[in-house]
Amino acid sequence: MSGFNKVVASYDEAMAGLKDDMTIIAGGFGLCGIPEGLIAQIQKMGTKGLTVVSNNCGVDGFGLGLLLEKHQIKKMVASYVGENALFEKQLLDGELEVELTPQGTLAEKMRAGGAGIPAFYTATGYGTPVGEGKEVREFNGRPHILEESVTGDFAIVRAWKADTMGNCIYRHTAQNFNPMAATAGKITVVEAEEIVQPGELAPTEIQTPGIYVDRVIQGQFEKRIERKVTRDA
Amino acid sequence: MALTREQIAMRVAQEFKDGSYVNLGIGIPTLAANYVPDGVAVMLQSENGLLGMGRYPTEDEVDADMINAGKETVTASVGASIFSSAESFAMIRGGHVDFTVLGAFEVDCNGNIASWMIPGKLVKGMGGAMDLVAGAKNIIVTMTHADKHGNSKLLKECKLPLTGVNCITHIITDLAMLEVKEGAFHLVERAPGVSVDEIREKTEGELVVNGDIPEMRI
Repeated sequence: MSGFNKVVASYDEAMAGLKDDMTIIAGGFGLCGIPEGLIAQIQKMGTKGLTVVSNNCGVDGFGLGLLLEKHQIKKMVASYVGENALFEKQLLDGELEVELTPQGTLAEKMRAGGAGIPAFYTATGYGTPVGEGKEVREFNGRPHILEESVTGDFAIVRAWKADTMGNCIYRHTAQNFNPMAATAGKITVVEAEEIVQPGELAPTEIQTPGIYVDRVIQGQFEKRIERKVTRDA
Repeated sequence: MALTREQIAMRVAQEFKDGSYVNLGIGIPTLAANYVPDGVAVMLQSENGLLGMGRYPTEDEVDADMINAGKETVTASVGASIFSSAESFAMIRGGHVDFTVLGAFEVDCNGNIASWMIPGKLVKGMGGAMDLVAGAKNIIVTMTHADKHGNSKLLKECKLPLTGVNCITHIITDLAMLEVKEGAFHLVERAPGVSVDEIREKTEGELVVNGDIPEMRI
């Protein structure tokens, strides 16, 4: 087996090393493009005190909402958490801490974290509660706030196709936060809909180069839809 | 007569220039997509990573991997592109989106907007709104001019926690279209049958009225 073969055979192997109080960066937007099996594995492991960085926190009983059921999340960093009654309860009970972060700042925190840039200035959030206590500096006559980037002990990612070397492509809007999350984990685990052999994905179509990826697992996805809206044919 | 939600959306859509890139918030802004004038082509940006948002899918076209920022199933239009959240907000923060339309609880005559949080109520998050108001070239706010008790929502100074400062340029309400500049609301158009006096009465911030104010054409 080549040293570049990153495929693991079980979810236990995929999340091996995850411990209490670690930080997890998760791809996905709502329930779209979430690593369903890896989240279920974290729930099964029962790891506690987690800080989870993700745009949303799933819904009751699905996605990251599963981790709320077993009180595994200590702190959530997200841009929108309105889809989840259990989240609301734990927040009001003081059991859960939340750091609401503008969506673009969240994406950039992951991108910068993965790229070795510890902080960046942005106009987003200046003059709002998000900017309180943060360093302000003026560029081109406009005030900006300093935002620190994020990295995780683990990053969990959903890909459409991954080759055994960890090169990934994403499907439609299931891409969302996944490519940035993939760069920002000390250990990045990709759950793929399909695992292919090296060479099957054209080099120019690869969206996440395998250098960012540590483990690849074949996933099974329910792909639940949050708001199905249709028009007449 | 005050405008309906649909009529506000129609007036918003008249602002779109042919060949512009537009981000529409949830609610009335989304309705504006239905009223883009003939001969005007716009590309709709959805901040979860889709430029060229198309119609809702037919039952056969539904795909869990194709959603918009409101988490609704959608399709892509001809010429669409799909990208990451970082790319999406590079477009937004980099000033590449021509128009952003969003709702608000309050605005004030310094161009500040409050749209995401009411203290004492549960806060669900700002999503992409803070990035959008900080980054777009032209921001159109759609809202009712006053709340259900008749209190103005166009204020001297916002009372609620802000979404962005000094960023709002245009407001389209059920009563009027206004431009925000030089620390005041400048009345541009009246809703059909609505008097300047009524608009003045329902505008707490300074209102500038220059000459005859035309009625909107809906």
